[in-house]
Amino acid sequence: MEFVTEQMKLVTIVVSAMLLMCGCSILPQTSSDTIPPLRTYEDVVKGDSPHLLEVSDSIEGFNRGTNRFNYYFDEYLFLPVVRGYEFILPDYVEDRVSNAIDNISEFGNFTNNIYQLKLKAAGITLSRFVVNSTVGIAGLWDPAGTWGLKRQSEDFGKTLGHYGVGNGSYIVLPIMGPSNVRDTTGLIADTAAFSLAGPAAWVNNTGITTAFSGTSAVDKRHRIPLRYGQTGSPFEYELLRMMYTMKRDCDIAN
Amino acid sequence: MELPKDFEVKLQKEIPTREFTLRVFPKRQIPKVFWYEDELVCTLAYQDHKAPLIFVIAGTGASHNTPQMQKLQNVLYQAGFHVISLTSPTHMDFVVNASIGLPGDPLDDARDLYRVMELAYEKVRGKIDVSEFALSGYSLGAFNAAFVAKLDEEKKLFNFRKVLLINPPVSLYDSVSALDQLLVENVPGGMEKIELWFRNVLAEFSTVTKELEHTELSGDFLYNTYKRLPPSEENLAALIGLAFRMNSANMIFAADVMNGGGYIVPKNAQLSATTSLTRYAMVSYNTSLIDYFNEYLFPYCQKRDPNLTSQTILKRMSLRYIEPYLKSTGKIGLIHNEDDIILIPGDIDYLQGVFGNRARIFPTGGHMGNMFHPDVVSFMIDFLTRKEK
Repeated sequence: MEFVTEQMKLVTIVVSAMLLMCGCSILPQTSSDTIPPLRTYEDVVKGDSPHLLEVSDSIEGFNRGTNRFNYYFDEYLFLPVVRGYEFILPDYVEDRVSNAIDNISEFGNFTNNIYQLKLKAAGITLSRFVVNSTVGIAGLWDPAGTWGLKRQSEDFGKTLGHYGVGNGSYIVLPIMGPSNVRDTTGLIADTAAFSLAGPAAWVNNTGITTAFSGTSAVDKRHRIPLRYGQTGSPFEYELLRMMYTMKRDCDIAN
Repeated sequence: MELPKDFEVKLQKEIPTREFTLRVFPKRQIPKVFWYEDELVCTLAYQDHKAPLIFVIAGTGASHNTPQMQKLQNVLYQAGFHVISLTSPTHMDFVVNASIGLPGDPLDDARDLYRVMELAYEKVRGKIDVSEFALSGYSLGAFNAAFVAKLDEEKKLFNFRKVLLINPPVSLYDSVSALDQLLVENVPGGMEKIELWFRNVLAEFSTVTKELEHTELSGDFLYNTYKRLPPSEENLAALIGLAFRMNSANMIFAADVMNGGGYIVPKNAQLSATTSLTRYAMVSYNTSLIDYFNEYLFPYCQKRDPNLTSQTILKRMSLRYIEPYLKSTGKIGLIHNEDDIILIPGDIDYLQGVFGNRARIFPTGGHMGNMFHPDVVSFMIDFLTRKEK
């Protein structure tokens, strides 16, 4: 657990630094002639607080700024690259790439299933890795899946949640999008494990690791159907925040 | 619910389309809180030869490129039309970019739509060869289309040869009440328990989706997973009601900001790109469209025209308001379903009486559930392309 505390510390430092960098106010700019609306929060909203939409978000100003950055990054850089990738490669090849990347990332599923003492799931993950790496030719195909060995997705954020660590404040990560203190810690831990003790360390070749990271980022974006602005809602930020939080809660509970 | 794919009419895999944008009011300063709004986006599907151009108006809260709009565009393209797909005047994008006042008054909405159609045609006329014009829409879009057709009789810009209404409401107010009741009456334990219900529904979805690989958070998340659940009437009804409530909330908030605030947001306050909207979102989701009509739209209309009473405005929000026109014109056709949830008892008889043999009423199909059934599509195409002698 010491490792976890260290990571928590790191995240706290990063988050406080972010806070200092950003003085964006989350309150509307008012003046002496500002009049309260006809329907106010206090009058209209009933029931126990906090509501589903009201997720802890102590750096909301920064998060909204990052969300805006991500919107533009997605539109002008990320998606054009993804579209190029989709244009060049046939769907069949794209799926092979996805499978191969999934196969390599079984490492994280394995370690986290072990951390959570889900030994059966860890066993399935190991079998999947062995079968798919050999019969499935370096993970390009997923014969294990067709034999009923389903992927057992876990990550360190879920491991922390499994042991009762709460969400912590919501965080919008640059490029990667919705997260929270717990899951960001998990992400850092998973990345560290992957590069220090996992596949990246086994290969030990910066060129290959960089190529893998790049391909995996494009592949990941290619697989996520979310497009900013798709909700058609002025409350997209709130909706994403709520859905992310609820989805992670459900995943941890299951 | 939608028709299973196998029963649907065959769609062409790819049709030539392009998106284009309109700056409807070049001098309008878009508030910073809508930093992602730029211009109003429309889609054009174009034939490479001379052909009739049809405008299609989306339903409540829908944009020009929802799956339904794309399918409708596809079907009409295959029938030989150039198609321009338009975002509903109740969608945030339209409210921010193209509405003059508050959305919801059919006469104002028709004027706003007409302006957009004029500009859209201006923009594409050099690229396509148009023989004549037609108009269509579904749900609220069909209701809008009826009023736009009436307006065109005065302005005579397009002289639509045919106008097809697909599942319109008769009275906007009645339909909106019916949709809101779906939510209010079907959430187990009442509206105070809505968050608990929503959490449970999502948890159920999550259990189902866990079996699927690569389930990522997405806009289609609820929709796709819902299809895998054993259907429960109450859940379905409440989800439809919730979707409607959420769409209305988007419109109400956008309309309030664009009109200076005072309803949901404070009057004379500036909202920026980083302003927290969470509390306004909570208030908006707790505001039904009926609340909006009664507390905001009606007083707004009365302020403009003190002679108006709530009764006269209500009358205006109904197809009955333009009944003589709908009865006398031969160009407007109608498709509807007897079991459409947005209708109230008596509406079907009324529509049958007004449209006579220009109406085609199907016994089942719900609210546009059969829109792409081959029988429905062939009626649509036949009506739109038939040449009267």
